[in-house]
Amino acid sequence: MKNLLSIDSVSKKFGSHTALNNISLNIPEGCIYGLLGPNGAGKTTLIRIINQISLPDSGKVFFNNQELNASHIKQIGYLPEERGLYPKMKIGEQAIYLAQLKGMERKMARSELKKWFDKFEISDWWNKKVTELSKGMAQKVQFIVTVLHKPKLLIFDEPFSGFDPINANLIKDEILQLNKEGATVIFSTHRMESVEELCEYITLINKSNKILDGNLDEIKKDFKTNTFEVAVNSPDAKSLENKLKLEYETFAPTFRTIGDNLRMNIRLVSRQNSDKLINLLNSNSRLIHFKEVIPNVNEIFINSVKND
Amino acid sequence: MEKFIIITSREYLNKITNKTFILSTLFTPLILVGLVFLIGWFASINNEEVSNVSVVDNSGYIFDKLESTESIKYTQLKNFDIEEAKLISKTKSDFGLLYIENLESPKKIAETISFYSEDTPSLTVIGNIEGQLENILTNKNYKIQGIDINKINSNKIFVSLYQETFQGKKTTKADSFVGLLFGMFLAFLLYMLIFAYGGMIMASVIEEKSSRIIEVIVSSVKPFYLISGKIVGTSLAGISQFIVWAILFYGFSFLISTTFGITSTYDNNEFMLAAESNAISEASLNMLSAFFNLPLVNILIAFIFYFIGGYFLFSSMFAAIGAAVDNQTDAQQFMLPITFIVIIALYVGIFTAENPDGVVSVIFSMIPFTSPIVMMMRIPNGVPISEQIISLLILYLTVIFIIWIAAKIYRIGILMYGKKPSYKDLIKWLKY
Repeated sequence: MKNLLSIDSVSKKFGSHTALNNISLNIPEGCIYGLLGPNGAGKTTLIRIINQISLPDSGKVFFNNQELNASHIKQIGYLPEERGLYPKMKIGEQAIYLAQLKGMERKMARSELKKWFDKFEISDWWNKKVTELSKGMAQKVQFIVTVLHKPKLLIFDEPFSGFDPINANLIKDEILQLNKEGATVIFSTHRMESVEELCEYITLINKSNKILDGNLDEIKKDFKTNTFEVAVNSPDAKSLENKLKLEYETFAPTFRTIGDNLRMNIRLVSRQNSDKLINLLNSNSRLIHFKEVIPNVNEIFINSVKND
Repeated sequence: MEKFIIITSREYLNKITNKTFILSTLFTPLILVGLVFLIGWFASINNEEVSNVSVVDNSGYIFDKLESTESIKYTQLKNFDIEEAKLISKTKSDFGLLYIENLESPKKIAETISFYSEDTPSLTVIGNIEGQLENILTNKNYKIQGIDINKINSNKIFVSLYQETFQGKKTTKADSFVGLLFGMFLAFLLYMLIFAYGGMIMASVIEEKSSRIIEVIVSSVKPFYLISGKIVGTSLAGISQFIVWAILFYGFSFLISTTFGITSTYDNNEFMLAAESNAISEASLNMLSAFFNLPLVNILIAFIFYFIGGYFLFSSMFAAIGAAVDNQTDAQQFMLPITFIVIIALYVGIFTAENPDGVVSVIFSMIPFTSPIVMMMRIPNGVPISEQIISLLILYLTVIFIIWIAAKIYRIGILMYGKKPSYKDLIKWLKY
């Protein structure tokens, strides 16, 4: 698959503090990419380098196989975590101004904006000032400004913070729609449930270093421990339990079901397979619950950061 | 370049449509004109007041020769001793009492004349009395010594030097006076412009930083274009404001002077009209010709170059300060050194008024931070072009250097929040 963005051994120092240490990433075209990491890991520094706000000390960034240059600015849309608007400028005027800075024609910007304002049902805000809007309202305008010039690459830094659930959903759907239309999306966030839901690829940055990256499914495969949740209703639960404990590595259950009388987590070692286990459980009991434990992004995140 | 124009026009339009800006543009000349007339009015009230001075003249010949003026009126009190005279003078609420003893020689009289008053009298009153008494007593002395006063007067010689520069241009005392005045006016104007618009730039940088829009902007344009667009846009707004002021000021002065028949001392129109109608005092003619004797073309060109240089120098520093801090209050600590520089420049300006070509003035007219102000005060009295070129060269080289430094601080500072930076931090940022 073609990479829209390639980051090649990028390092950045601020004085004696290393913000990014030899980071390399590939972001495939058309995907939704999660950029994860604890506070101060270097995510914002990396995003600023992609946006050409700051330059790397060493290493290179390629956009569409070209070394990053000023002509790429209009193909990127960036919604920073700390976002704002001019407090005393009318909403419509400043949205046009910001679009012009991204290289849009004034006329074009105006007609595109009208469409978005209609879509979000905020047309009557055009002549209002930011000071008259709530925080959530201002964020809608910021979102529109970010995507207005139809960039190939969209970068969202904590896009859902500050939105109520309804508007957060609205924004999420718009992002998915833009992705469907071909835009590549980078998410930088702490909200793991949204990563789980949206991202195809992730990178985990901790203390200026990349500690993990790749396809989310592959990563999960690597992180799973071959552990299964099992629950049965057995006429002789006691002897089945003893049998299982003898043959397998068992743990206390981490789930709940209804109608069972035996419940546990079982980890298979390499010579064991799940079919055999199922057969044993099924032999003279009723199998109620059988599920492989797949680590969620949150667990992967916490484990990786802890072990780093 | 296109983005630079977009930014410049936004900054310009944003400034000139700002309510405060419009109000200050409209009302400043009104207030100024009002102030000028208020001061004029106060001065005229003050001058209309007549000070009554009672005189007890025991010598018999002094009072007759004392001449009352518009502001001092002398009246004689006859045959009172000093205590009685004091009492009378006080009950009449006179301005003061002049008491003259009857002694033989004018010299002895001069030593014993005394003046009593309620408050400490003003210098002009005392000066008038002393001057008149000196004349009267000197003449009396001449008479006693048998010296012919007419002969002395007719043999007195007055000197007024004919002045010309080596280049053959005629100069007068009025020339250097007008030159000095004009130079001070220009230097002050320059200082005002630089600070007013520099302050606006700082406020606008702080606004972008504290509203957090800055990160979106710098992801679209290079900070250098943003800051230069801001500086140019603001200066254009300033120039527009100045043009409006010039028109309004002229209009107001004209309106007020025609309506009330008063002429303001600031109305240089007066010179023109007077020159045309030939009904002119020699002084104002001298002033007028002195004004046209100034190297006006040189002044204009130098003003433009020093304004541009000084404006860029200081506003890039203001921009860097604005970027380094989170709010106006934090900006104070960094403003201090700039304020010092300007105060030094203004003080050197005062030396310059005394001696435009003194060592201190020449040195400070070369130092880039003070040269715009000090050199503008020197030029009306003539400064060799070569010296001006060297000074401008130094100024512009410094401007490039300072802009380079300011851009670095600006670039880092606009994205730094929370901590109030120290000078050490600023130096560290230069290395990022």
